[in-house]
Amino acid sequence: MGRYLLRRLLQLVPVFIGSTFLIYWLVWAVPGDPFAGKCGERRCPDQYVAFMTEKYHLDQNVFVQYANYMKNLLQGDFGQTFSQRDIGGIIATAYPNTLKLALVALAIEAVIGLGAGILTGLRRNGFLDNLVLVSTLFLLALPVFVVGFVLQWLLGVQWQIVKPTVSSEMRWSELIVPGFVLGSASVAYIARVARTSIAENRRADYVRTAIAKGLPMRRVVGVHLLRNSLIPVVTLLGTDLGALMGGAIVTEGIFQINGIGREVYRAIITKESATVVGIVVVLVVVYLVMNLLVDLLYAALDPRIRYE
Amino acid sequence: MSDPSTASIVSTPSAQPTDPVGPTVAGQGNEKPRGLLGDAWRDLRRKPLFWISATIIMIFLLMAAFPALFAPGDAVNGSLSRSLVKSNGDAWFGYNLQGQDVYARVIYGARASIVVAVLSVIGTLLVGGTMGIIAGYRGGWVDALLSRIGDVFFGVPFVLGAIVILTTFNGSGSNNSKAEIMSLVTISLIVLSWPVVMRLMRSSVLATRDADYIIAARALGAGTGRIILKHLLPNCLAPLLVYGTIMVGSFIGAEATLSFLGVGLKSPVVSWGIMISEGKDFIRVAPGLVFFPAAFLVAAVLSFVMLGESVREALDPKLR
Amino acid sequence: MSDILVSEQSAPGPGGSGRPSGRLLEVEDLRVEFRTRDGVAKVINGVTYHVDAGETLAVLGESGSGKSVTAQTIMGILDTPPGFVTGGQVRFHGKDMLRMSDEERRRIRGEGIAMIFQDALSALNPVFTVGFQIAEQFRVRRGMGRAEAKKRAIDMLDQVKIPNAKSRFNNYPHQFSGGMRQRAMIAMSLALDPEVLIADEPTTALDVTVQAQIMDLLAELQRERQMGMILITHDLGVVADVADRIAVMYAGRIVEEADVYELYAKPAHPYTIGLIDSIPRLDEKGQQLRTIKGLPPNLMNIPPGCPFNPRCPMVQPVCREKVPPLLQVGAARASACHFAEELVNRV
Repeated sequence: MGRYLLRRLLQLVPVFIGSTFLIYWLVWAVPGDPFAGKCGERRCPDQYVAFMTEKYHLDQNVFVQYANYMKNLLQGDFGQTFSQRDIGGIIATAYPNTLKLALVALAIEAVIGLGAGILTGLRRNGFLDNLVLVSTLFLLALPVFVVGFVLQWLLGVQWQIVKPTVSSEMRWSELIVPGFVLGSASVAYIARVARTSIAENRRADYVRTAIAKGLPMRRVVGVHLLRNSLIPVVTLLGTDLGALMGGAIVTEGIFQINGIGREVYRAIITKESATVVGIVVVLVVVYLVMNLLVDLLYAALDPRIRYE
Repeated sequence: MSDPSTASIVSTPSAQPTDPVGPTVAGQGNEKPRGLLGDAWRDLRRKPLFWISATIIMIFLLMAAFPALFAPGDAVNGSLSRSLVKSNGDAWFGYNLQGQDVYARVIYGARASIVVAVLSVIGTLLVGGTMGIIAGYRGGWVDALLSRIGDVFFGVPFVLGAIVILTTFNGSGSNNSKAEIMSLVTISLIVLSWPVVMRLMRSSVLATRDADYIIAARALGAGTGRIILKHLLPNCLAPLLVYGTIMVGSFIGAEATLSFLGVGLKSPVVSWGIMISEGKDFIRVAPGLVFFPAAFLVAAVLSFVMLGESVREALDPKLR
Repeated sequence: MSDILVSEQSAPGPGGSGRPSGRLLEVEDLRVEFRTRDGVAKVINGVTYHVDAGETLAVLGESGSGKSVTAQTIMGILDTPPGFVTGGQVRFHGKDMLRMSDEERRRIRGEGIAMIFQDALSALNPVFTVGFQIAEQFRVRRGMGRAEAKKRAIDMLDQVKIPNAKSRFNNYPHQFSGGMRQRAMIAMSLALDPEVLIADEPTTALDVTVQAQIMDLLAELQRERQMGMILITHDLGVVADVADRIAVMYAGRIVEEADVYELYAKPAHPYTIGLIDSIPRLDEKGQQLRTIKGLPPNLMNIPPGCPFNPRCPMVQPVCREKVPPLLQVGAARASACHFAEELVNRV
């Protein structure tokens, strides 16, 4: 167990360095003046250019720059924007909002996706099954911005059931619609994986054994069938938390949520390279850690998986 | 009495493992034996979903190739005098702010979306497939290296990565040509998606690499190239093609998302994502400006996803 | 023990059903078909057999003969669809189980009739410990507390001669060897002290040396508990040592039923003769193994007349026209062959 964990952690290091370096190189080291257009429409102030050049070692090659950036980062220093705002502070303000949104999305995925998957997996080919199959197909096919836009317009503007945008207080109830939008594709995916998994396991020998033991149907399904079928679904939910936060750009934009996605989009458009890299680093770390946790969870749920 | 260890009924040369249905398979003399693909095709032919999606895809492909067949109007040149005019006999879907024919634009928009999506899928399958075969077949440090490189690209969030790539090379200051913009979008989609295909390919190569028939082929002296082309590829191809079909759908959606965000295709290129982005501010006045391109976008994405799904179900015996 | 009421078996018509006969478990004129995309396969075509307390009935047949499907129908674990019961009765203590409510049937499972499956690895739930899966029955069916159920489960593991039962309690199925897994499976099926045990090819998935141990264990437990046992197998060698009676199945029918010694000594059906002849014999070293020619029939298209006629070495014109009923021949045996009398009376 300990050795497995160590090996997995060691595997994460090159992936972390690779992903962050890739982004770093894309935003900083493209040929040309690194400050061209980086301060909005104006020319960057000389003082700022000098400060940034020194701080990010822009006169040296990209590897040295990256190494220095990482050295600062490991000490908790994300650097500053051109307007001298602390990037670490920006992330600290925006991150909880995105996390909250992602958790709502995850809860919706778990409740709706899992519920629909279990119901249809147990009763295949009925009316409900076909309804779920068709609606999940739609959710899978619709791009997030279309779902978000349509729901915002219908629920928020036409029928006025909810407020079209989320207030800065980020109440849980306000997050239900954005959470559904963010998780819409995953809801469908979870429902389908759960359905397939249950339908496959329903004919498994051990389910037949459980019936032959004379256990009540409730227990056969609730204990023997579900426990096995939900292993892939639970792991999917785990990996999704990392992916949801990285994918929140569109949803946060539509519903005007002050999260990390909106922050990074603003930074990209205004050429705030340091902010972009800082946020991407955080997202990559979350994503990788979630994947590691899911691997460990998988082994805990399925005793046949052993850490070599 | 007999020796208990060896006494078993060995009368039939083809004892089927499945108890009830076994002999029915063995006993069919007058019917030609069908392979997995034949079975899948027989299954597919009966599915209305398959025919519906295939028909819609054919229409969209025709639309992309010969848009003039569908729309006699002019998609690019508008006249401000017709700005936001409602639909009429000339322009079924009305006119947009610039007085351009929305119906014609929706039809002409198919080309950019589908060309970008199809090219991206081909690229993704080629890059990811090649990497996957190499990683799965060679194994060892080659596998470890390629897998880590794949992880690196996979670790970058998709939309975020695409925005960064596109703003870097296709920012507001740059003046790229239409073809350049389209290839930039294509390349960024490929760069961010190939690891998925690589994983898929790698695992199916790993699953078949040590199959008895591959070992037999190797024992008979078949070279690496021949084993990969003749034995491995045909077996791994089916899931790859299914995934590719579904991916065309999601790439059409991804292209629209990037255009919607203002970092993908840009005017004067006509694309559904751009139209939705342009129309969203007039949704109260002229909902059609958003509705029609969105409907076409959804229909296109849905038909590709549906086609892929029905083929996948037909190919997967477990789902029958 | 071998006093078979062949007359009752030979007349399974509508008049013969529903009569209480004091038997433990009776299957009468059971019919099951599988409705698939390719057509309807008639898997069970009028099977009749019974088992009493303390006796072992071996059901012998090739793959596809319907022996396992019959057992699944008795247990009520037939996959529906594609499998459908289209006729007949399964009586437990004289009561037709096919007409019982789901709840009544459930109560019989495990306590009345229990089953052992062929492949213990897939039949045991991989994500629960072996101990949990045995103790579960005491907890759910007997309402015992955790500690007591555990004690009883360990006791069961002891009874099937699993060494270190206490420490094995917390092992998962994949941590057991094949033979130990089948022992655990037996412990699980016997936990509620069933009256009838159905063993569906219990040793097929095991090594030859382990097979004998498991069969010995089963026979011993059957004697101790005076259970009725239905042993489903395709292995004539297994049958000889433990069975009291043998029912031979072919194409969803019983073609011969007899006392084990009589069946070996003088089979009364050409199919049984073929089976016994195809056992490799040590005194015929160097000769080619004898087999039964041809393949079992397509169950979607069973040939008219006797289903065995295309493969039968003794086939006559009548065999292609009339289905031979299962008729009494001699004192305590029955055969479904037009020429059963001649076969029994041959020298």
